[in-house]
Amino acid sequence: MSLVIGAATIGFILALLALGVYISFRIFEFPDITAEGSITLGAAVAAVLLTHGWQPVAATAMGALAGGVAGAFTGVLAMKFQVNRLLAGILTMTALYSVNLRIMGKSNVPLLHDRSLVTQAESVGQRLFGTADLHIMGWEVSPRDAAVMLLTPIAVALMAALLYWFFRTNIGTAMRATGDNAQMIRAMGADDGLMVILGLALANAMVGLSGALLAQYQGFADVQMGIGMVVWGLASVIIGEALVGTMQLGYAITGSIMGSVLFRLLVAMALRWGLNPNDLKLITAAFVFAALVLPRALASMKKKPQGAAAHA
Amino acid sequence: MLEIRDVRKTFHAGTPNEVRALRGVLATIEPGSFTIIIGTNGSGKSTLLNAVAGSFYVDSGSLHIDGVNVTRWPEHRRASLIGRVFQDPFSGTAPGLSIAENFSLAARRGLRRGLGFALGRRVQDEMRDVVRSLNMNLEGRLDNAIGSLSGGQRQALTLLMATWRKPKLLLLDEHTAALDPKSADQVIALTDKIVARDSLTTFMVTHSMQQAASLGDRLIMMHRGQIIHDIRGEEKKRVRATELLERFEELRRSELLDEGAAAMLEAAYV
Repeated sequence: MSLVIGAATIGFILALLALGVYISFRIFEFPDITAEGSITLGAAVAAVLLTHGWQPVAATAMGALAGGVAGAFTGVLAMKFQVNRLLAGILTMTALYSVNLRIMGKSNVPLLHDRSLVTQAESVGQRLFGTADLHIMGWEVSPRDAAVMLLTPIAVALMAALLYWFFRTNIGTAMRATGDNAQMIRAMGADDGLMVILGLALANAMVGLSGALLAQYQGFADVQMGIGMVVWGLASVIIGEALVGTMQLGYAITGSIMGSVLFRLLVAMALRWGLNPNDLKLITAAFVFAALVLPRALASMKKKPQGAAAHA
Repeated sequence: MLEIRDVRKTFHAGTPNEVRALRGVLATIEPGSFTIIIGTNGSGKSTLLNAVAGSFYVDSGSLHIDGVNVTRWPEHRRASLIGRVFQDPFSGTAPGLSIAENFSLAARRGLRRGLGFALGRRVQDEMRDVVRSLNMNLEGRLDNAIGSLSGGQRQALTLLMATWRKPKLLLLDEHTAALDPKSADQVIALTDKIVARDSLTTFMVTHSMQQAASLGDRLIMMHRGQIIHDIRGEEKKRVRATELLERFEELRRSELLDEGAAAMLEAAYV
């Protein structure tokens, strides 16, 4: 049971990553690789601040803010200096590797005895459930796990609601239109370059927040933790789209969260059945490739007979 | 209202593909004037419109709208003064957004966009009235994605959006060229109605001699990046489509003559 709870909790934490990927890849159609570095950046900033005795909420917020700055940096490279979009993200991501090492001072920062959102959640849990293990449906669950499992979805739902609100404001609508049709939004008087920069900042703030929470949940920040995260987020977004079946804003946001949690649970199950963890990234990449290519292949297979009939 | 002072633009300068698209265009468009621009392919008529809209910066010369020098303004800044409809019906709207959301963007053209709710009740009521005036039965479908509509419907809506917050200048770039004849007629009728109602200063590029003859109060004909005819007043009212076609024919013949003469000279002397 603790395996399932752990997987679901990480799924919710990484849902914030999925939301960030959704914003850059889907809303702005910007293949932003920055996330690989900004998730680690968020984790590094939060972890270091926590070891310096910062308030957990403030440290977490700073992690998100740092991610946002990284995203804005990629945006400036791409929109103001006309660097190829993929390359802009790669440059930021590569630079962030050094930045993250500088921030942490070493490749790994453990959070063993430091106050964090998790220790705060634990004390909430103990106040709610007492200090003894809980028995839920025959499984033993520690108050810490139960409290984290309860509070993480609430925090994620709050962020999702905030995003949903934001993308329906005047500036948020202009951002969505920028990804849809940049020519149109320029003709409507919005600076499309600025919209993309702000959008990537928002996306990577979400990713940084995800990293900050992940570091606190797993108890350390590691300079390698970002590897493969973009594909991970993309897989969640794709699963989410399949689950809700529409690209509409509210559904897509909900879908990305559901996709992230479901994906994590599937992975936990696969690992339980003996999947080699080393193969995980290969399988994730293969999954995303299949999800990108299969619908088109199926559609063309379906279309061909019709096309032939039309020509006859 | 719009002053174009000796505007020049060369694309791909210094390469074999060099195109001198605008070679010194001079024009003053009075407030409320509905000016039609015609010209052969490659004459620079669409380039001129894009230069005014700010799709690129001109090499030399200056552009003034309503007395303001906008020559160095980026495209999105000029949009505070300019409403625009494009040739491609898909260029003027964001397909994934609903009709209402597209209109909410038009409502803020040239204004600051903050954290106010894009689809406030007042804006929605207002846009419903505007869309109802189209008589296309779209006012009940404001929540539908605009990408689900036909090209003609989208172009009509783009026109409404461009003129909703009365622009100082309305730019129409062959905005019926990609539509079927029936939709084109509808959009032209709508254009005529709105321009007359709001007495908008309008700059319209067209390939249709029919439209050129029947619409507007001034007619500019371009050729090789320059204005070669400027017809207005009584003369514009009298001008017929056949007459315009004759002028094009004349151009074509004089060009053939030029080329023929050049070939003759070449044969004789080289």
